[in-house]
Amino acid sequence: MSSLFEYAPAPESRSIVDIAPSYGLFIDGEFVDGTGEPFTTVNPATEEVLTEVSSASEADVDRAVAAARRAFTRVWGPMRPADRGKYLFRIARLLQERAREFAVLESLDNGKPIRESRDVDIPLAAAHFFYHAGWADKLDFAGLGPNPRPLGVAGQVIPWNFPMLMLAWKVAPALATGNTVVLKPAETTPLTALLFAEICQQADLPPGVVNIVTGAGETGRAVVEHGDVDKVAFTGSTEVGKSIARAVAGTRKSLTLELGGKAANIVFDDAPIDQAVEGIVQGIFFNQGHVCCAGSRLLVQENVHDEVIASLQRRISTLRVGDPLDKNTDIGAINSHLQLERIRELVAAGEAEGAQRWQPVCDLPERGYWFPPTVFTDVSPAHRIAREEVFGPVLSVLTFRTPDEAVAKANNTTYGLSAGIWSEKGSRILKIANQLRAGVVWANTFNKFDPTSPFGGYKQSGYGREGGRHGLTGYLKGATHS
Amino acid sequence: MTHVLDPDALSDGARLLAAPAPPFTDVTRSGSAFRAFLHGLPGVDQVGAESRVAMLGTRSIKTTAKAWAIDTAISMVDLTTLEGSDTPGKVRSLAAKARRPDPGDPTTPHVAAVCVYGDLAGVARQALGDSGIHVAAVATAFPSGRAGREVKLADVRDAVANGADEIDMVIDRGAFLAGRYLDVYDEIVAVKEACARPGGHGPAHLKVILETGELVTLDNVRRASWLAMLAGGDFIKTSTGKISPAATLPVCLVMLEAVRDFRAQTGTQVGVKPAGGIRTTKDAMKHLVLVNETAGPDWLSPDWFRFGASSLLNDLLLQRQKLRTGHYSGPDYVTVD
Repeated sequence: MSSLFEYAPAPESRSIVDIAPSYGLFIDGEFVDGTGEPFTTVNPATEEVLTEVSSASEADVDRAVAAARRAFTRVWGPMRPADRGKYLFRIARLLQERAREFAVLESLDNGKPIRESRDVDIPLAAAHFFYHAGWADKLDFAGLGPNPRPLGVAGQVIPWNFPMLMLAWKVAPALATGNTVVLKPAETTPLTALLFAEICQQADLPPGVVNIVTGAGETGRAVVEHGDVDKVAFTGSTEVGKSIARAVAGTRKSLTLELGGKAANIVFDDAPIDQAVEGIVQGIFFNQGHVCCAGSRLLVQENVHDEVIASLQRRISTLRVGDPLDKNTDIGAINSHLQLERIRELVAAGEAEGAQRWQPVCDLPERGYWFPPTVFTDVSPAHRIAREEVFGPVLSVLTFRTPDEAVAKANNTTYGLSAGIWSEKGSRILKIANQLRAGVVWANTFNKFDPTSPFGGYKQSGYGREGGRHGLTGYLKGATHS
Repeated sequence: MTHVLDPDALSDGARLLAAPAPPFTDVTRSGSAFRAFLHGLPGVDQVGAESRVAMLGTRSIKTTAKAWAIDTAISMVDLTTLEGSDTPGKVRSLAAKARRPDPGDPTTPHVAAVCVYGDLAGVARQALGDSGIHVAAVATAFPSGRAGREVKLADVRDAVANGADEIDMVIDRGAFLAGRYLDVYDEIVAVKEACARPGGHGPAHLKVILETGELVTLDNVRRASWLAMLAGGDFIKTSTGKISPAATLPVCLVMLEAVRDFRAQTGTQVGVKPAGGIRTTKDAMKHLVLVNETAGPDWLSPDWFRFGASSLLNDLLLQRQKLRTGHYSGPDYVTVD
């Protein structure tokens, strides 16, 4: 769409980040070379190779776990809780001070728009450290039982969609409760985790409290299956989550899984339509739809279907797809070629099964991994695009006539991570929210996160909660919820 | 005979004033029908509206886009003086500034209109001559609107007779908040009739001031916007500038959504004028981004979007100079009114 008012390019400068030609693992407070085969990480917006990263072998993971165990036994475990809190506050402040650096690096490595990394990912990551820093010396009074104790060494594996934020979700509560960690970032997005390792050094965090081992699935498996790990926390696909659950079954390890989703975003006919349309857009196109709690199934009441879809299409036509570092970009690049293929395959399946595909006119860059915002109408609950997680900017629209039908369709999924309700009628919102089997239900908003709010799923979306007081229990022995 | 059950339905012929344009011709058939229509408009979620404008506020307008936006904003200014102490001399001085906002740079566009009280419309008319700059006059017992209908209409006729091209009227907020929507509607229709100009000229353009600071909720803003558009307003305007808060971005968002939806359903385009409290170039840019991404580029012209402002112009001029010279100079480098 050509316009009178063409926004000139407004790129955020990448000179603030200094990417080394290669990176090692962060073990026991130091960067060391890994013994596995190194791999490269690329900027998905350009396919430019950013740097080479070490891959941790089983032996490397073993060293990392040993360092974490030593730190837990000798330093971090015995430390006065208030002092642990001080370290976390320090980390949080350093994250804020270097927020721009983190934001630019995140957008380079992940492909997400700088507006999101700058305004959502990094501020929220810092907020998680601040929030949990406050808990460190108050655990005895958190209503989690008389004497909650740390579990020990936590092995954590995180995904590529919110690399720094997921790190914060994992590391902050683990450290606040007195555990030490071995964390494996996703292989396509290791860079902010490695910059976080620098922050740990800058904060004088005792060696071994945080260890970062980069690598692919094999490295993750070594972390999860290591015999001296007490706690496994994983965020990622349901498929990998299931294999982790199998690996951990029968061991003494405690497990938290935060997996996929296929959230229903339910729009009733008395909804504030303009804000609902914003919420639908925010629900499915935020972070290119690479969001486990994305509102990927729009359930719209039949009598407002045409109005909502017309409004939605007009709004989507104004989305700005392109250079993630441009401050005016709304939708960035798909994180990897692999994910792009997955999206293409499901979109093709949607068309083949008879749903109507709609995409706005939009110029995509020639290089890099890109997919335009996509809306499918005439979707049946039996279609693959209504059942499988696309994890991309693809919305499936279904209709309903009555509240009961909305609830039945919303719950008709193997997942249960999140849901949204749009209505101006408070009593309806409360009633429907109680009937939805989803860990998070947003009302007249979507994809809003806060460290004080527990997050987690039902069914194949996983178990355990992260964030809030509930999230602490996953890292404590003898914690009971009152 | 579907209207029989309407308790306050009026008999045919009792309503003398014009009905709204299709497809809404019957919504003003009775007070309760009109109320049902206005309250049937989709609600506005305040939190959502605020977060939308906050997000649009992060748009980064640089270099060529900024230059275009500054010139466009200057051309949309209704340069305003609405003080009890206004004099013909002040109005002439304002008119001179309207024609040539930056005496040092003839490439600067002129503003859209000069906005004054009705008694000074003649002075403004004379001073602006054939410059193409419109004379806007506030009327209908501005700013409170508390006067009898005949007094308000006389106020309008006087301003039009004095040469006003545009009339900025205020709605009866008392009646609106009391739910007497038809009274508000009828008054706007009557004012619109009073805007007629003799001698082959079209009627003066009617801007309807909602005084959103007194309507308070965004639901009310949407209802009042639709009411004013159905009654034939050519523009809907946020505020008199005499009440705080005046123009705010969420209010402007809701009004832009209203004109967008109204055109989609009736084919009639209505303009929007935020007024009061817009003082800086940055504020103006945020509004232009809001127009661009809400109503769309069709509204990006002085025919469809105006800024009611006085001090805004000087900041726009200073920013315009800065783009050219690289530095932002002080208030002595632009003219006082």
